[in-house]
Amino acid sequence: MKSRVLLALLLAATLAPACRRGGGDEILVGEYGSLTGTTATFGQSTNNAIQMAYEQINAAGGVLGKKVRVIVEDDQSKPEEAATAVTKLINQNHVVAMLGEVSSSRSLAAAPICQANGVPMISPSSTNPRVTQVGDYIFRVCFIDPFQAEVGARIAWEILHLKKVAILSDVRNDYSVGLQTFFRQTFKGFGGEIVAEQSYSEGDSDFRAQLTQIKSANPEGIYVPGYYTEVGTIARQARELGITVPLIGGDGWDSPRLWEIGGEALNGCHFSNHYSVDDPAPAVQKFVADYKAKYNQVPDALAALGYDAARILADAMTRAGSTDGEKVRDALAATKDFPGVTGTITINKDRNAVKPAVVLKIENGKFVYVTTVKPTGT
Amino acid sequence: MTTFLQQLVNGLSLGSIYALIALGYTMVYGVLRLINFAHGDVYMVGAYAGYYLSRKLKGDEPSLVGALVVMLGAMLVCAVLGVIIERFAYRPVRRAARLTLLITAIGVSLFIENGAQLVFGPDPKFFPSLAPRADFIVGGVRLTSEQLTVIAVSFLLMVLLRFFILKTRTGKAMRAVSFNLDAAKLMGISTDRIIAITFGLGSALAAAAGVLIGMQIPKIDPLMGIIYGLKAFVAAVLGGIGNVPGAVLGGLLIGTSEVMVVGYLSSTYRDAIAFGILILVLLLRPQGILGRTHKEKV
Repeated sequence: MKSRVLLALLLAATLAPACRRGGGDEILVGEYGSLTGTTATFGQSTNNAIQMAYEQINAAGGVLGKKVRVIVEDDQSKPEEAATAVTKLINQNHVVAMLGEVSSSRSLAAAPICQANGVPMISPSSTNPRVTQVGDYIFRVCFIDPFQAEVGARIAWEILHLKKVAILSDVRNDYSVGLQTFFRQTFKGFGGEIVAEQSYSEGDSDFRAQLTQIKSANPEGIYVPGYYTEVGTIARQARELGITVPLIGGDGWDSPRLWEIGGEALNGCHFSNHYSVDDPAPAVQKFVADYKAKYNQVPDALAALGYDAARILADAMTRAGSTDGEKVRDALAATKDFPGVTGTITINKDRNAVKPAVVLKIENGKFVYVTTVKPTGT
Repeated sequence: MTTFLQQLVNGLSLGSIYALIALGYTMVYGVLRLINFAHGDVYMVGAYAGYYLSRKLKGDEPSLVGALVVMLGAMLVCAVLGVIIERFAYRPVRRAARLTLLITAIGVSLFIENGAQLVFGPDPKFFPSLAPRADFIVGGVRLTSEQLTVIAVSFLLMVLLRFFILKTRTGKAMRAVSFNLDAAKLMGISTDRIIAITFGLGSALAAAAGVLIGMQIPKIDPLMGIIYGLKAFVAAVLGGIGNVPGAVLGGLLIGTSEVMVVGYLSSTYRDAIAFGILILVLLLRPQGILGRTHKEKV
């Protein structure tokens, strides 16, 4: 009998009508991210920036006359936990919209759930193209991997003048595999040669076997489209094996901890990113100053994108005049020339943002701005 | 050829780590007929003990003395941990069915893993460099001081262990307990004490492995013991569980074959190789390479 009551309650909870969402004088926004685990700084930076964005928005009167409140769930850097987190946020907390994730694998795990429940989701920084292909409720405010890999190939070909490059990618990570594929295409298109391709799995910590194989192919550079924990370790082990050529990577490198892990092994390495803290634009400098004042830390690109994602969502709700999922979705799709920290954001028909990328060089723990690469066709 | 030799060095240094952990499995199995599933987690605790000790010593330049202090400190911490685990988790159920003991071991393992996430935090930590480093190039093969340290320290510890087991009174008692626990007791051997010493020794070796991996990799996290523990277990079975030289041989074989598979085939098969070997051994030579068949007492 007791279990039947429980079952009924559970059913009632899952079937509870969507109109309960966002009741009262608050707008509830869900956020899922990697606050712990191998990519902990991704989730922490994003969360810091989102909290800061809504504090500022609430101080300025909120959205539609209501305060925005963010409910955060930690997914421990695991895709399966991401799915659990969004299910909980939607079914128990009745959030009206979802912000997250950084990692494409985790966004891909959560997106179908948001889509099925009609909850608009904005990924601040998942760059794998498949993320927004999940459905018309899924958006992102960053560029996508075909472009990011092109930037990587340009770093190798045009900035470092390399002809022979090896790739070391994470086979269990959609982001890394995507970048590997697109990098190979573009770099070969330029006339370059891929002399070795090796792989690892996220969580591995010994890369000597792969690096030894890469070394024997004598590359002039190594493209490592992974996340910072592995990249830092790879850099150290590569130098120990006597590999002195530069490593090249993507936005997964961006973490205050990268230098702590890799140290001097990373000097002279380049990676593509979403913004540079050195950008003199007033919007960027204000954001950097606010963030530093609040968290006593220089914001990385994931923070900047989290900030933009949070503000675009608030902007879309204001324009929609409602927090209804369908209306917010339409407003998000119509986002045009939004002045973000990471550049002017226009959402295209594939629900992606088309934006330039910056190239950063690592020098003694600092990410030094090298150049900006604009997407072709703009 | 240079590449192959380099991979061999990589494999041997990884294999030495497996061998050190495998020794703990095999010793405990020898005296208690128990697969101590918490052993991999003791190795993790060893790595963390080394990490915190080296942070305490920080400020000093990397020095050999410092590295030695860290290593011995971590071994001591884990020896105590091993004795505590044996005293409070395994001794109360020692006379119970074997399955009870095995499930207790899994419980201890889960307890340490989750406890460590609570105490140390779930994020990975990074070992500072402990010893001054230097590289040696021999015929195009690069030997880093870390790799040499790992191989040298492992072998030193294994030789010491062998000496201890074969030449000392306590070692003799251990062999007696391993041969027949009840008979050893009747002969006046304090079996409780011997079993505690076995756990302490095995755990100290695991701690040494933890510090060595920290020096080499240098990433440590609370769940690192799972996969290393499993592979060391496979190594122990491969060599013949209960057999000390067998554990060393098994560790080196698993480490080398793993590195070769990653180097020449694909990293996707990295873990598959160890478990593939386990299945083959169980099918073809269940007693392991150096193991002897024992008639089960009914």
